[in-house]
Amino acid sequence: MSTPTFVVPGTPRERLRWAVADGWMMTRRDLMHWANQPGLVVAGLLFPVMVMLMFGYLFGGAMSAPGGNYREFLVPGVLALSMVFGIEATFTAISTDVARGVTDRFRSLPMASSAVVVGRSAADLLNAVLTLAALVAAGLAIGWRWHGGLAAAFAAFGLLLLLRLAMLWMGIYLGLVLRSAESVMALQILVWPLGFLSNAFVPPGTMPGWLGTAVEWNPLSATVAATRELFGNPAWAGESWPAQYPLLTALLWPALFIAVFAPLSIRRYRRLSR
Amino acid sequence: MNRTGPAVVAEDLRKRYGDTVALDGFDLTVPAGTVHGLLGPNGAGKTTAVRILTTLTRPDSGTARIAGYDVRRQAMEVRYRIGLVGQHAAVDEILTGRQNLVLFGRLQHLGAATAERRAEELLATFRLTEAAGRPVKEYSGGMRRRLDLAASLILAPPVLFLDEPTTGLDPRGRNEMWDAVRELADAGTTVLLTTQYLDEADQLAEHISVLDGGRVIADGTPDELKRRIGADRLDVVVHDTADLPAAAEVVRAVAGADAETEPDRRRVSVPVRDRMAALTELVRALDDAGIAAEDVALRRPTLDEVFLHLTKKEVHS
Repeated sequence: MSTPTFVVPGTPRERLRWAVADGWMMTRRDLMHWANQPGLVVAGLLFPVMVMLMFGYLFGGAMSAPGGNYREFLVPGVLALSMVFGIEATFTAISTDVARGVTDRFRSLPMASSAVVVGRSAADLLNAVLTLAALVAAGLAIGWRWHGGLAAAFAAFGLLLLLRLAMLWMGIYLGLVLRSAESVMALQILVWPLGFLSNAFVPPGTMPGWLGTAVEWNPLSATVAATRELFGNPAWAGESWPAQYPLLTALLWPALFIAVFAPLSIRRYRRLSR
Repeated sequence: MNRTGPAVVAEDLRKRYGDTVALDGFDLTVPAGTVHGLLGPNGAGKTTAVRILTTLTRPDSGTARIAGYDVRRQAMEVRYRIGLVGQHAAVDEILTGRQNLVLFGRLQHLGAATAERRAEELLATFRLTEAAGRPVKEYSGGMRRRLDLAASLILAPPVLFLDEPTTGLDPRGRNEMWDAVRELADAGTTVLLTTQYLDEADQLAEHISVLDGGRVIADGTPDELKRRIGADRLDVVVHDTADLPAAAEVVRAVAGADAETEPDRRRVSVPVRDRMAALTELVRALDDAGIAAEDVALRRPTLDEVFLHLTKKEVHS
């Protein structure tokens, strides 16, 4: 083969070009995964849709929502919950690469060290957009509508993706710490109660007082409440601070998660060279 | 780049993990174009040494240079010039063999066409062309290792690191890996390989460093190392296991050294100085003692014996 030229970037501009090119290659790696395993992608998209249909039709009849239509109440809940479920995909991808030595191979290549995280984020956020699209389509099919205008709807999707970004950083951190893809079981055991101890399926007002308050403080509840408000879907009135200011809380919680887990993840990644 | 200087130089590398000392003053020089074996038991510090030399781990102190570039301050320059085959086949299981090689080529900033051409070349070299379109999770252990090695050679690096490259391979896979290493060495690649298998180092390496407790405790060509314990060995295989203690006693009297007894091979083995005199005298003494020998032979010591000898000495000193 012809001798390749070894160009190690010196200027910030060249470094940025490397970071973009390598980050894009890492994103493409995930897109190739999807292309090689279309069945898994479809199953991943159908699962939250199935949860939505199950709650909408099996339990929905027995549920009463504030303002009447339970399915209108339910859809924002499942949208936000699907963003939280995303942490499992991030975690599995990161821990599998660490366990198999693939992360070490990347680290021994002359590439931008940010590429692993950039590629992971881009691919996971793209997957989140597809998940939201599938859920919105299914939601529209079962009678859910947004009533607050397009700008408000986009703001709601922005908040949902922000929650996914928070879960992404948490997933990266846990993947680097636990280093074993099998631990995803433990993660699932934690994620499900978080999903149910929220306002996604039932109004916290129907729960015992102390539990209702705890549920209102759940980060997931904040995003659900905020998106309900932005979509103009039925919600409930709560006494607690997060219930009073859902939009602000839906920004603060993910911001806090990112502020904590992004630096922790970067530190942990650097510590791989210890 | 310094083309005439050594490919790998490590000076006084030290690394500890908590209370565990992984490297304790590790020195190494590997001339360009040679195959060097790092031989040692588990926990001797082989992997830590390789991880430091390949920029994956930072040493606590000491310096290391690859092809003249410092592993800490010029890590990117080093990474362009090395290939690394670790203990696991570090390839993407979901991607196909071809997709893996193109991906790793692109991540080393080859253009799309160049990366694809290089992938085809390597697939052909490692007899993976037929399986190139299948996901790696369907590959056998040997195929994975070949792909892993191919992925390490995309830029035809002048220095290749192999960390226990045949661990977990069946004999056929092991022979394939050995052949590949020999071909690379013939083509001028500098190879540093770690192994726990003494015959592997003996088979492949021109020069061997024996590692124990994070330091090089002996150094030399395989022949030099064998000579280090001085003597050739005299083996006696007896016909009847019951004769072993008596045979051992006779051998000890003749050689003036303690004999090693291996009951399952019905063998007594001892180092001797004067080869022919010892042989003649032993045959006569065995005959006098009425012990039926099935085989009496002189041989060079194996690296196993060299290694035991060297590490034992280390413990005593």
